[in-house]
Amino acid sequence: MATPTLDETTLIGRYGPHLQYEPPGGWKEQPDATLVKTHCCFCGVQCGIQLKVHDNKVVGFEPWEEFPVNRGMLCPKGVKRYLQNEHPDRLLSPMVRTHHGFREATWDEALDRTVTAIRKIQSRYGRDAFAMLGGASMTNEKAYLIGKFARIALRTANLDYNGRLCMVSAGAANKMAFGVDRAANPWSDIPMSKAIIIAGANIGECFPILTDYVWRARDNGAKIIVIDPRMTPIARTADLFLPVRPGRDSALANGILHVMLKRGWIDNTFIESHTHGFEEMEKLVERYTPQRTEAITGVPASSIIRAAEIWGPAETSMLLHARGVEHHSKGVENVLSYINLVLATGRIGKPGSGYGTITGQGNGQGGREHGQRCNQLPGARDIENPEHRHFIADFWRIAESELPRSGLSSCEIFDAIEAGKIRGLLTISFNPLVSIPDANRTRAALEKLEFFGCIDFFLSETGRHADVVLAGSLQEEDEGTVTTGEGRCVRLQQSVTPPGNARVDWKILTDLAERLGCKDYFPYAIANDIFRELAASSKGGSADYSGMTYEKIEKNMGVFWPCPSYNHPGTPRLFEHGRFHHPDGKARFHAYDYRPPAEDVDQEYPLIFTTGRVVSQYLSGTQTRRIGPLVDQYPEPLCELHPLLAARLGVADGDMVRVQTRRGFIEVPAQIVRTIRPDTVFVPYHWPGRKSANLLTNRALDPISKIPEYKVCACRVERVAW
Amino acid sequence: MIHLEFVDRSMSTQTSPVVCMHCEDPACARVCPADAIKQDEDGIVHSSLKPRCIGCSNCVLACPFGVPHYVAQIDQMMKCDMCFDRTSIGKKPMCATVCPSQALYYGRAEDIGRMRVEEPTRQFQFGNQAIRTKVRLMSAPATEQLDFDILSFMPESEEQIPDITELAIWGN
Repeated sequence: MATPTLDETTLIGRYGPHLQYEPPGGWKEQPDATLVKTHCCFCGVQCGIQLKVHDNKVVGFEPWEEFPVNRGMLCPKGVKRYLQNEHPDRLLSPMVRTHHGFREATWDEALDRTVTAIRKIQSRYGRDAFAMLGGASMTNEKAYLIGKFARIALRTANLDYNGRLCMVSAGAANKMAFGVDRAANPWSDIPMSKAIIIAGANIGECFPILTDYVWRARDNGAKIIVIDPRMTPIARTADLFLPVRPGRDSALANGILHVMLKRGWIDNTFIESHTHGFEEMEKLVERYTPQRTEAITGVPASSIIRAAEIWGPAETSMLLHARGVEHHSKGVENVLSYINLVLATGRIGKPGSGYGTITGQGNGQGGREHGQRCNQLPGARDIENPEHRHFIADFWRIAESELPRSGLSSCEIFDAIEAGKIRGLLTISFNPLVSIPDANRTRAALEKLEFFGCIDFFLSETGRHADVVLAGSLQEEDEGTVTTGEGRCVRLQQSVTPPGNARVDWKILTDLAERLGCKDYFPYAIANDIFRELAASSKGGSADYSGMTYEKIEKNMGVFWPCPSYNHPGTPRLFEHGRFHHPDGKARFHAYDYRPPAEDVDQEYPLIFTTGRVVSQYLSGTQTRRIGPLVDQYPEPLCELHPLLAARLGVADGDMVRVQTRRGFIEVPAQIVRTIRPDTVFVPYHWPGRKSANLLTNRALDPISKIPEYKVCACRVERVAW
Repeated sequence: MIHLEFVDRSMSTQTSPVVCMHCEDPACARVCPADAIKQDEDGIVHSSLKPRCIGCSNCVLACPFGVPHYVAQIDQMMKCDMCFDRTSIGKKPMCATVCPSQALYYGRAEDIGRMRVEEPTRQFQFGNQAIRTKVRLMSAPATEQLDFDILSFMPESEEQIPDITELAIWGN
């Protein structure tokens, strides 16, 4: 049973999080330090950065002003990211759990134990009883390798990744609307837009350098519309702010489109020649009058009309959204409803006009293309498509019948552990105890596992439950590529080698594969061997990297896929001349009637609970909760509530409040702000244990994308008595 | 040495970065009893010189922009020197290089004048004291109104807010 054998205080004492404030050797200048041009590890923008390296240690950074995307700009996470290296909490050796915590082990022992457990569980309960979970902060090379490892070495269908908690609703919707899953435009199109909708995207905190793109557009005369239940930094100076009630996005998009249709702000020629499904959509949005939309969404009818007036007749336009519209049990419906606004105007595939979901994780885009997902094969192929299955089976030199079929998604894997159907688990760079909704259930599930193996660089809260911990690599300790939120594949350089006995992640996987008797399928000496195979495997797939090489990526500071041949320059902008990626070349409208969130407010739980990020933290905080200056910037989760609500509840700023849902409660200080809807409270999700927002959230899944509903559930709030 | 604070987080997400404005006639240097703060020929007002600074904090009190910081651990005042180590070799200051919104910009006034709709200002009036600075502040063009409370953006007749908060009390 995968249960920690030490109390939390002792575990924190040994493995952290401890706070690192200074680089190795202190602040003294290292004149012979070298600069390595690579990328930040936090978020899908993947800012270029130069890490300062001395004596095989990262000692600082320099901005990389020549990299065209961020031109030297960074957010606090990027500025302080160098402090994660040479960290006192770094795992330096494999470990196995004993009755008194962990003891160091040799690689042979740790790998043998892992393989013995895999074999035992699979022979007793079947191959699919052993699951694997990957991460979307890792390189394309690792994403590809994990997919291949799970299908060939583990031969399990149950492989998924933590991008399932991030942008899969957008991915699924992109495929349904456009036939391909990628942002349609490079970010360099944003400053050319005259109308920009930013829906559920806290750009100032989650993708900070994109603020500069939006503000350049504004300087060029663009009107900015921000849709969010909170007045985030980007909303503060927007031309129009629509404070949507959480969980009502599809209704709001329908309402805006209703006004556009009434006023004739649509491109009939484009709709006729390049789309399907308009009539059904038109019939649906007929019912979304401004008044009715106001009643559903909590956005004034006048603002809905104003949004249509800005968006409808604009010369160029860009729709940007992120998790705020995607983290819903109807996330796909929300995204598709917003995409209708783009298709109706025909403003896509042109300079300054288009659409993009902003990916949240370091390799949120690439991590979802190369077969690390339960329903996908390399090249963003579909695991249930017979043609795709045959192509990849042949490429891997296995029989198509040997290739596992579609498996369970991340949250479903935990449900299956709970139900006793999955008995063993291997994770890599995934901290589900902090990141999956309904954390009490996640913990209980971990404790039911017969074997839990964990590949990571720090001992995460989830890792404390592991039977075997395999010390892997930080981003700067390996090399490879990642694909940014605009579809640009960029190159990560190895700055330093893994410390102590730690190994690069992909080597750990090939070591395991060898012990599982599959050595011949994993003949890699360097990361580039994996990349070359990945690129070749993607040929003819939707995400085609086959014309990319490391040299070409470096020389061009990134290459946009599809890039189907060596002479091909890559494709920064998709859908030029109205050509979409469905077989018939046409895009699809989708008509979705609004439906309420899985758990709506009622008398018992009358307030809406929602979650998100702060600028100084990243995901489950495994890295950023160990970086001193970032922790100081926002040390612990606070519960944002409006003064009107606070007064009703008798809560003053800084009072401890208990936030309770049907799944659990947390107690955190109140932060009283006029920037949040009075019917909604917000707590950021980066923290574990008794302050974890995901003790409260609802594990209701979108039926298509299987994303959980982080952004809306019902809660009640009360002041904690002294 | 740059300070970044929320102006009033309870009201708004507005933050205010404070860099040294590098006054033409710097009050901090004028009031320093130890002559520890030097202004160079380019008009950059430097941080205190370690051998001279006596840690008295006169400069901290005198600066109309609230820039100098007394750092107790080293018993010395520290302030922005426009990253002299970087600007002296042709680089931009770190803050303006990394600023993700380019709210902090380093370059020629003519260039930013072309790029932005805001107007640069370098003349400030503090009571009777007029101050001219090397650093310019960009101020927004005529804005009719800035609303800070989310209620201003919600339907006037939104009955549901009081209803829901009433319910919150019943819920407890």
